[in-house]
Amino acid sequence: MSGASFALETSDVSGLSSDSAMERINAIKAIAAVGDSDALRILQALQNSEVYVTDTGQIVVENDNGDVLDAISLELLDPEPEYYDYVIVNNVMRSELENAVASLQLLSPDRDVRMASAVALQNNRSKEILPLLASALNNEPDEEIRSILLVIKAVILLGSEDQTTRIDAVQSLEGTSDRAIRELLVSKLNLDDQGEYAEPSPEVRKVIKDVVSSIDQKLTLIDYFGRLFSGLSLGSILLLAALGLAITYGLLGVINLAHGEMLMIGAYATYLTQQFFIRFLPDFFDLYVLAAIPIAFLTAAVIGVILERTVIRWLYGRPLETLLATWGISLFLIQLVRQIFGAQNVEVSNPSWLSGGVEVWNVVMPYNRIAIIVFALCVLVGVWLLISRTRLGLFIRSVTQNRSMASCVGVHTARVDLMAFGLGSGIAGLAGVALSQIGNVGPDLGQAYIIDSFMVVVLGGVGQLAGSVYAALGLGAFSKLIEPGVGAVLTKILILVFIIAVIQKRPQGLFALKGRAVEN
Amino acid sequence: MSFEPKAEPLFSKFGWMGIGLFSLVAFVFIPYFYLGASEQSVFQLSSYSVTLIGKIMCYCIVAVAMNLIWGYTGILSLGHGLFFALGGYSFGMYLMRQIGRDGQYQSDLPDFMVFLDWKEYPWHWFGTDSFLWALALVVLVPGVLAFVFGFFAFRSRIKGVYFSIITQALTFAFMLLFFRNETGFGGNNGFTDFKRILGYSITDPSMRAVLFILSAAMLLGAVILSRALIRSKLGRVLTAIRDSESRLMFSGYDPIRFKLFVWTLSAVMCGIAGALYVPQVGIINPSEMSPANSIEIAVWVAVGGRGTLIGPLLGASAVNGAKSFFTQAFPEYWLFFLGLLFILVTLLMPKGIVGLLSKIKRSETSVRVEG
Repeated sequence: MSGASFALETSDVSGLSSDSAMERINAIKAIAAVGDSDALRILQALQNSEVYVTDTGQIVVENDNGDVLDAISLELLDPEPEYYDYVIVNNVMRSELENAVASLQLLSPDRDVRMASAVALQNNRSKEILPLLASALNNEPDEEIRSILLVIKAVILLGSEDQTTRIDAVQSLEGTSDRAIRELLVSKLNLDDQGEYAEPSPEVRKVIKDVVSSIDQKLTLIDYFGRLFSGLSLGSILLLAALGLAITYGLLGVINLAHGEMLMIGAYATYLTQQFFIRFLPDFFDLYVLAAIPIAFLTAAVIGVILERTVIRWLYGRPLETLLATWGISLFLIQLVRQIFGAQNVEVSNPSWLSGGVEVWNVVMPYNRIAIIVFALCVLVGVWLLISRTRLGLFIRSVTQNRSMASCVGVHTARVDLMAFGLGSGIAGLAGVALSQIGNVGPDLGQAYIIDSFMVVVLGGVGQLAGSVYAALGLGAFSKLIEPGVGAVLTKILILVFIIAVIQKRPQGLFALKGRAVEN
Repeated sequence: MSFEPKAEPLFSKFGWMGIGLFSLVAFVFIPYFYLGASEQSVFQLSSYSVTLIGKIMCYCIVAVAMNLIWGYTGILSLGHGLFFALGGYSFGMYLMRQIGRDGQYQSDLPDFMVFLDWKEYPWHWFGTDSFLWALALVVLVPGVLAFVFGFFAFRSRIKGVYFSIITQALTFAFMLLFFRNETGFGGNNGFTDFKRILGYSITDPSMRAVLFILSAAMLLGAVILSRALIRSKLGRVLTAIRDSESRLMFSGYDPIRFKLFVWTLSAVMCGIAGALYVPQVGIINPSEMSPANSIEIAVWVAVGGRGTLIGPLLGASAVNGAKSFFTQAFPEYWLFFLGLLFILVTLLMPKGIVGLLSKIKRSETSVRVEG
């Protein structure tokens, strides 16, 4: 800032040294009227109590080094004055200052500053800022800021004496989706203690009613949009959790009750990766989630393969016993993790690029949820390619359709079983990575998801990925849509009833492979 | 059909002897040594042990019921804990009414309702002050639920693991429902602090003895009933369903009605067991409905040997005995033990203890022994 070109004159600020509060306020107004960056700087310094007056009546500021500078020219005072004291800012001045600062910021060339100041003005209902708003609106190029300013203006004009002004103001609020403004409008319709309406004119009241109902419609839409997003998010989690299960169940006809524990193992693998990065690679901490993806996949897959070799292989053809044995495995794994890591939840934190969120339509979408949706999509595409394009996928499909025929034409079914089981467990491990980013990681993590993912498999049927996809997304959306109305517990019960109802029509699930064989 | 299987006797000689021995112990010795023997006698039984045995007998009834549906009919239910708990809750409502004004708040309503600021009983508590209605509920609630659920499930030919999973989801959903205070069953804490039955104190030794004898009688009844059922023609249809349902259908039978009958019967037996269990243990809460509890029932039967008469009794007693021991001595290893039990029994002892015993016996005598 060059000392030569400032428009702010010493005479403008000298009023600040006055003992009279009135004169000091006038000085603030005079500074605000100049309206350049120096003015803004001095007003903000005043707000922070950083402006002083010397014994000679000069207005000075102090910088971080304790040097005393002239408030306008920012030249070092030499010699340093003997005595200087705060410019006293009382409450009246403070609110005057706030308005002045906000209005100066509103005209700032920096968009972010203007935005912040518009947001700060949202709760200001004083008529005095109307001319400021008008001049800001004249110059404002940004649509978003304009709409905020227009709403502020309308809210202020609601208190106007003139009926047509009020009607115009109400009508201009129609497009808003702000709940506070809806409340404000509704309050105008209420009777006060004397039995009179806050809004005296019946015509204006009628307009208000119309506008409120149109705001309500918009809010409902936004609400449904929000529910749809959480439904999609839940659906992709369910899909991740159920995908592996659908593959193993479709192929082997056994249900792996330890599947939930594969999720848990994936989440703990993520935790260990995180700890490793904290200890050895703190500079790359933000990347630990990416590193955890293959690690979790491999850990869960290896454990799955071991289980297949040692336990599940011996139980083929006895699905009910498999159910019990895998439940035993799940108890064992839970207890094992408890002994190693303790019964408490371990802390897995989001990397910086997954924390926070983006707001769309007044709905906050956390980045981690968005990432999970994308991740689920990637996993889905990957599994689809694997199943439909690779040799292993071909074998898996053939064994799923007709095990003995596949075996006859030379498919090594036992190896396919093993690979598929490893694949299913690995996908569960991937789901564990996703879960670790949105919830608690503890030994019981898998238990919470196991029944839900079975419901997905039961509803979707096996043998086709599409079944799981539709069932997962459908169940996710369905439960989030009805949950706010009926509560979480009733939602679970309704879903169960719904699934039983669907099964009445389609016993093998919605997307079962068609066939005429009698199953046994 | 001309083929008539040779009528088997209801019980073999050994069987009758076992029943006689059991009756002698359960109806005479234990009540006598509990109530009659002097305090100093070495045979004096404590309330704790009588309650423990009574509790295990209730579990045995459940195991017999589970054996009917799984061991003989081949339908694995992972929701039998639900029926057990529903029976318990049904009778628990009567027990709560019997507390009267002796609760902490000295109100006509149970404490938890006072706590929720309720002014009157919700509709489903109607008539629960009547002992007979409570007994009817013990049979009706699990029975009707099982009938309706079974009707829809069997009608759409849900079987195998699908059926198991859906029963598990059912009990899970009910657990969530009962955890809620609004449901009117005491939420988390369930029912407890019972005072009396039919006006008699519930902690009185003679009341304990009565409950014990009733449990033993019910267990005996359940065993005899299941044996009679299995050796009847109906029982043969049930085992045929287990062994090859399609073939049974091709022979002109409609398996749905048989399945529905045995499923409902099994649920009612569980309900009765629950109703006997609650006054002896003194508490019922929603954790009884957790899926883990139901699946544990299956493992009792698997350990003992499913599809055998005595197996479920052995299994339920052995596992619960082990549980009592482990949870006191090494609580952190109980889940390891249980998990390994699940795995090893299914892998190595598909026919359970009974199968193992008969194998040993067979190898000793080289004579075919009736399974």
